[in-house]
Amino acid sequence: MDLFFFSLFAFIALICAVNVVLQKHPISSALSLVGVMGSLAVLYLLLGAEFVAMAQVIVYAGAVMVLFIFVIMLLNAGIEEHRGRSWIAKLLGFPAFVALLGLLCWFVQRFFPNTGFVKFGDFTGGGAQEIGYALFTEYLLPFEVTSVLILIAIIGAIVLARKELD
Amino acid sequence: MEFLVITLIKLALITFIFMTTLAYLQWVERKVIAHVQVRMGPSRVGPHGLLQPLADVIKLITKEGVLPPHVNAGYYLLAPFLAVFMALISISIIPFGTGIDIPAMTFGGKTFGPYHTMMELASVNMGVLMILAVSSMGVYGIALAGWSSNNKYALLGGLRSSAQMISYELPMSLAIASPLLMAGTLQLRGIADSQAGFYLGFVPKWAIFQMPAPQIFAFIIFMISAFAETNRIPFDLPEAENELVAGFHVEYSSMTFASFFMAEYANMVTVCSVGTLLFLGGWQPLWPAALGSNFVAPAIFLGAGLICLYHGLNPARPFDRYTLPVFAVVFFGLAGLMAFPPLVPVLTPLFWFLAKVGFLLFVFIWIRATLPRFRYDQLMSFAWKFLFPAALLNLLVTGFLVALVS
Amino acid sequence: MDPSQALEMLKNGVPTSWYLTLSALLFSIGVAGFMIRRNIITVFMCIELMLNAVNLSFIAFAHQHKQVSGHLFTFFVMVVAAAEAAVGLAIILTVFKNRSTLNIDEINTLKN
Repeated sequence: MDLFFFSLFAFIALICAVNVVLQKHPISSALSLVGVMGSLAVLYLLLGAEFVAMAQVIVYAGAVMVLFIFVIMLLNAGIEEHRGRSWIAKLLGFPAFVALLGLLCWFVQRFFPNTGFVKFGDFTGGGAQEIGYALFTEYLLPFEVTSVLILIAIIGAIVLARKELD
Repeated sequence: MEFLVITLIKLALITFIFMTTLAYLQWVERKVIAHVQVRMGPSRVGPHGLLQPLADVIKLITKEGVLPPHVNAGYYLLAPFLAVFMALISISIIPFGTGIDIPAMTFGGKTFGPYHTMMELASVNMGVLMILAVSSMGVYGIALAGWSSNNKYALLGGLRSSAQMISYELPMSLAIASPLLMAGTLQLRGIADSQAGFYLGFVPKWAIFQMPAPQIFAFIIFMISAFAETNRIPFDLPEAENELVAGFHVEYSSMTFASFFMAEYANMVTVCSVGTLLFLGGWQPLWPAALGSNFVAPAIFLGAGLICLYHGLNPARPFDRYTLPVFAVVFFGLAGLMAFPPLVPVLTPLFWFLAKVGFLLFVFIWIRATLPRFRYDQLMSFAWKFLFPAALLNLLVTGFLVALVS
Repeated sequence: MDPSQALEMLKNGVPTSWYLTLSALLFSIGVAGFMIRRNIITVFMCIELMLNAVNLSFIAFAHQHKQVSGHLFTFFVMVVAAAEAAVGLAIILTVFKNRSTLNIDEINTLKN
């Protein structure tokens, strides 16, 4: 069952990721990226990370990507114009990339040969309680710094938007 | 195996009842608005227009689904599907009553049971977060519909809806977070169970009354955001008829058009159920059973039956003579069912839950009949300058009080 | 891999290295998109894809070591990504207003 779900959602994630790169229209790319995020959320669930899976859907798919789609719609971004590249790049790029991917897979499998097995239900420490406890004890300082970061981001976004209004 | 069979039965039941409810919500909405505005409402199809939803469904199915030539066909067809899917998925994790005990039965020598099952499809640890996640995905249907229609009004509707949904999700999440602090769990059933009991013997321990921090403001903020999240008046900017023709669904027809309405009503039911579970104590009664709260349901149905009977005997319209006594018999039957002792522990919680959800739905319809629409800049400044700080302050005070008590 | 080994794997679940491989593949696809795409919004989305791929590694390692820390790193990455998206998209809006183009090849000077 684990193998089935992993294969299914890994396949979906890969297809959608390739689609993000290959689609010409930004909206198609954005929706494919939502597909990647959704399938990654399911994989997180398989890995026992309930809270992160839900946060993934809420933050990434529900807020960040909606923002992207909003901007694409606002700017009415059209299909990306195709620019001629050198024929060597076209000819060699794709095979080289596939070779790189193959090498990478081999590398990971070679250097992490005896990793454990992932079985649904093995690890149950990913609930809201555990995350909250760790967040407010061990990781308190990063957490507080994060809030400053968000404040900076808010102010930055407002300043940029203001400039646009003038 | 047993689990699978029971779940399939529950699935079929819930789907059937939920779909019927969605269809009849339209009828209820039209009737209530009509009576608020001193009109009759639907009254031609069937007695009191009760067959109107059926007629509407048949009309919508048999109409030709037009695919305009200028749309982006793939996304145009995907959008309503996405909207409905996201709206329906969240109903599967909402608990709507306590457990049911099915006694052992013998069929042809084989004994089945006894079974014990909860009144919900799935019990999710992260129930509240999952509802938030699914509802935040619902915006894709609308935004995509607006974009793929290739129409300026639709595009404006889609833009407005995505900005509005993101903005109102924040106060909504913050308002949801404060009762969670008191319940100490993210499971919807656990939250409802944590609100059982009474203060002084008669004040219910619902989150809106619960000590140390009554969540009445959180409830109001939640309801206001819920109106915006479901695109209902006074926040129905994405589909404002007199500004944007019909907003994001202007190019849709037939069943694709109906899907958006179905999604809207499904979202309304979901959001009302979540409000009931988080703030109004789920299926906990308004006052203790010792003071007779178990007799409310039979009494209400009995009263409704008597009123129907009276008006049937003194008919205002000719056909009332035949229809209203039938309704009276139905209501008497329901009253009998509610008062039947073995069914009381099952049906009374269900009644309270449905009554609260029904009341919140009525508030939705009531406000639609009463309030005008916001202007867009007012909508945004209301969310960011009032609702969001208010929700934040409420969360802060709640957290402080909870920490102080524990 | 011989069949008996595969059967054993079916019982035990999926090796963690497969998750890591998936993460590496997604990351590489993100890098490739980052390099070959011309639309600034799509380039930005490829960055998000890379961040997501890294998150998967974190979660896989958290499962491997049965520790919750990986989840927290993911959590922080998400926060940074959200902040980055807000600022980045605001910058994109400003750039589009000044240059009326989204093609990164044409946005190559600091001054207009």
